[in-house]
Amino acid sequence: MFGPLIVKAGSSLNNKTGSWRTELKPKFLQKDCIGCKMCMTICPEGCIDGTVKNTFHCDFAYCKGCGLCAMLCPKKDIEMEKEK
Amino acid sequence: MSNNLFVAGHTACSGCGQSLAARLVLDAAGKNTIIVNNTGCLEVFSTNYPESAWTVPWIHSLFENAAAVASGVEAGLKYLGKKDNINVIAQGGDGSTADIGLQALSGMLERGHDILYVCYDNEAYMNTGVQRSGLTPFDTNTTTSPAGSKSFGNIRPKKPMPEIAAAHGIPYVATASAGIPQDITRKVKKALSIKGAKYMQIHVPCPLGWRHEPGQTSAVGKLAVETGLYPLIEFESGKISAVRQIQPKPVEEYLKAQGRFKHLLNNPEEIKKIQAIADYNIDKYGLKAQAQEV
Repeated sequence: MFGPLIVKAGSSLNNKTGSWRTELKPKFLQKDCIGCKMCMTICPEGCIDGTVKNTFHCDFAYCKGCGLCAMLCPKKDIEMEKEK
Repeated sequence: MSNNLFVAGHTACSGCGQSLAARLVLDAAGKNTIIVNNTGCLEVFSTNYPESAWTVPWIHSLFENAAAVASGVEAGLKYLGKKDNINVIAQGGDGSTADIGLQALSGMLERGHDILYVCYDNEAYMNTGVQRSGLTPFDTNTTTSPAGSKSFGNIRPKKPMPEIAAAHGIPYVATASAGIPQDITRKVKKALSIKGAKYMQIHVPCPLGWRHEPGQTSAVGKLAVETGLYPLIEFESGKISAVRQIQPKPVEEYLKAQGRFKHLLNNPEEIKKIQAIADYNIDKYGLKAQAQEV
């Protein structure tokens, strides 16, 4: 076999892209959540996890702070707050 | 997150429509999948050597030949008698699908391999710096079709790839949008339940090339559908079988959301031309929702 081989599946998890965030980061209020999973579906990183309502949270090691989850949340239960 | 097959840590831009669409496609296909990738953004950001964001077998060969390599993979699986429970997905961007890889794709469709080809349509060569491709829409400002005093951007209309694929008479062709994620999942599952060559084109907003805020990815994708500029249609055996009906919005709403169309906003003449494209789509596919009877 020629060419480079990557034998470890999903090894990009070593790459903590959370350091890319510049201004805003999502804050999951976990108050009015209805568990529609839209935030989980839309996240370009796939770094949002949760099962039932009010359990959704985000892995800040990978979150790039795009704000799609906050934009799409039907209950406005995710806020974008300033990075500290 | 723990059960995603396309994991985090890839180096896509913040708010990338392609990365979310790729994850949805793979999650819908499941882990018994082999992916063949064309060169493009997706290939570059998902496999930063020596790391890979894929947890399924994945191969990249050249810019143009994902469809040809996937044909070989499928033929090999068939010979080994393993094809029945393994999905083969070939994927690429709009440039590698509509321009560079069109002959490989056409060959794959014509030979009827049992493969799903997914085109992530971000409407230009974004990876190399926003050059015009065959799927770039009319009047778009790109680096090779710059807008200025003598030009309004891209002078040619978008290539009708779904129709070209459907004209091969393949069992299933569909368009989808990253603005409507559930639709992608449904269409991928439907495509993989059908035997034969399938083609899917997913409209994926690109914050960098389209020049909108990363958080607007979903809204912009949805607007393209709602204005009629990106009709969501399904073809079965060459005939239209389903369309997503809309209450058409004026195209200005879509155009003003993006920097790549900024030069048009003071040109009602040009906007009229783009509205004509949307109206043509609405008319051709019967996109307009009928008023519901009470």
